[in-house]
Amino acid sequence: MEYQAKELFAKHGVATTLGKVVETAEDAKAAAEEIGGVTVIKAQVKAGGRGKAGGVKLAKTADEAFEHASNILGMEIKGLTVNRVLVTPATPPVEEYYFSFLLDRSNRSHLCIASVEGGVEIEEVAKTNPEAVRQIPVDALEGVTPEKAAAIVDEAKFPAELRDQAIEMVQALWKVYVEEDATLVEVNPLARLEGDKLEALDGKVSLDDNASEFRHPDHAQFEIREEADPLEAKAKDLGLNYVKLDGAVGIIGNGAGLVMSTLDVVAYAGEAHGGVKPANFLDIGGGANATVMANGLDVILNDPQVKSVFVNVFGGITACDEVANGIKGALEILGDNATKPLVVRLDGNNVEEGRRILDELNHPLVTQVDTMDGAADKAAELANA
Amino acid sequence: MTIYLNKDSKIIVQGITGGMGSKHTNLMLQADSNIVGGVNARKAGTTVELNGKELPVFGTVKEAMEATGADVSVAFVPPAFTKDACIEAIDAEIPLLVVITEGVPVQDSAEVFAYLQGKKTRMIGPNCPGIISPEESLAGITPHTIAGKGPVGLVSKSGTLTYQMMYELRDFGFSTAIGIGGDPIIGTTHIDALEAFENDPETKAIVMIGEIGGDAEERAAAYIKDNVTKPVVGYVAGFTAPEGKTMGHAGAIVSGSSGTAQAKKEALEAVGVKVGKTPSETAALMREILQSL
Repeated sequence: MEYQAKELFAKHGVATTLGKVVETAEDAKAAAEEIGGVTVIKAQVKAGGRGKAGGVKLAKTADEAFEHASNILGMEIKGLTVNRVLVTPATPPVEEYYFSFLLDRSNRSHLCIASVEGGVEIEEVAKTNPEAVRQIPVDALEGVTPEKAAAIVDEAKFPAELRDQAIEMVQALWKVYVEEDATLVEVNPLARLEGDKLEALDGKVSLDDNASEFRHPDHAQFEIREEADPLEAKAKDLGLNYVKLDGAVGIIGNGAGLVMSTLDVVAYAGEAHGGVKPANFLDIGGGANATVMANGLDVILNDPQVKSVFVNVFGGITACDEVANGIKGALEILGDNATKPLVVRLDGNNVEEGRRILDELNHPLVTQVDTMDGAADKAAELANA
Repeated sequence: MTIYLNKDSKIIVQGITGGMGSKHTNLMLQADSNIVGGVNARKAGTTVELNGKELPVFGTVKEAMEATGADVSVAFVPPAFTKDACIEAIDAEIPLLVVITEGVPVQDSAEVFAYLQGKKTRMIGPNCPGIISPEESLAGITPHTIAGKGPVGLVSKSGTLTYQMMYELRDFGFSTAIGIGGDPIIGTTHIDALEAFENDPETKAIVMIGEIGGDAEERAAAYIKDNVTKPVVGYVAGFTAPEGKTMGHAGAIVSGSSGTAQAKKEALEAVGVKVGKTPSETAALMREILQSL
């Protein structure tokens, strides 16, 4: 969110104004009084288009700040509830620019995008005047040296009187990008204020979870629990790779690719069964033991939208008999909490033994189907029953 | 013939003494891979016994190569040390480096990829199942029992879909199957593998598996149009993945209009690649091709 991005900016010496983050209209009023003068009340959610949604308002007085904050808090922007507003001094920009560092997958390196004709309408500028939006590759080994920063500023054609400030800011932003292990550091708008002062007026930072895990334990503070889906939060606590979707067929599988493929196969099968769709993505990874399977089933069965569950496992390293025992153990652990039909498709390593274990279990909720397509069809049919 | 890896490949394992390293070295030995040693700086000079074979542990990749003539390294080191392990292997000029490790920070991968330029090493991965040339050698974690040797070349971003596809076409078999990994930055791409399969006389047809995110499949399509004469069948996972959500692989995220499964499918079909809607339909398309060869 904006205020978090600004905290990271400030930490690495990027010129910005932090303002105050508050959760009530009373506190917004107090913050506006403290700041004095005209303030901006800005909704804090992880979504673009906050201004257009009415989530950014100018307040001439503290009472106006109170009024705007009351309206903005609790408002929904792109499906996200606004729980916080940022109160900052109103600093109308003379000019608005755009600047970002990001991961460039195509070239397997880093990229800088800069435009002095950008500002918040950067996407529009990119369409109508692509020449004005400069894309400058950054070498992953060399990074952004003072010389590189100067080259970026010159190529983007920052005004001469801002050149030194811009070079300094580009280097500071690169520090944010590298030292925080970001995959995106965006300043939009990068503002030229009265008195030729350059400042990051709004920004966005995306962090790499892989790096946060062991290099930046402090990044955990940026995660805002109340905004996560409760099932996703629960799955995360259990160490499961789960994404909640909108359909009726719960999905459990091993391996991200196979699970994604399973979602597709279920959606196709659903076309013949009243248009039912997958309810989630859940990858239990390689070792499908009973506890992991039980945790996964528990999360999925707690989703009130789920009508049936499709367990799709290809035994690679893991043998299918272990997976079958995992399902058996999970059903024992869950007991009466397991209430929805399970369609199981096992294939691969030790499949005969795996299928035999489930046949023997003869659980009323479990149906075995040999193929992925057939099992998807069955699961969709059960979800539509 | 195979690509990148064959029965003469001499393999060392970086991180051979760790949990994953020893488990999978065992499995690689069971697949008849010629494992000649391992690397762990703190346990240099010792040996480990795996699958009944006594393997020497060296302090560095360079020492291991000098002592054993190894030409492949498989890395099972933790993500925090992966960058250094890769740079060490690249400095030692190992011809093939297979990085299995999941969870490598992407800026580390970017650095390693930049470092690779102009060097003698081919890197596969990170975050991948590795490479198998059935009945010859396995450098990675792909189960060697799924399928035998045959005319199909397989390149895939996803590990489990690699296994699934090998299983579907096990009656035909594979020259080589490579899991290139689903991370945003990887060492070997679809295009690299397509080029190698095109040049391998034993590979008669190619299956290419992609997933949402990035533009690797679109680029591969452009490459196929100009450079690949062998039949290619494709599959793309992630048609129903919602925008902006990460689906497990760091790379499997759709943002905006590009990178969708639909866009990838269309790009592939536009150059004459048949694309299956499901893994089994993809296998059926390949089956038709193989039967007509």
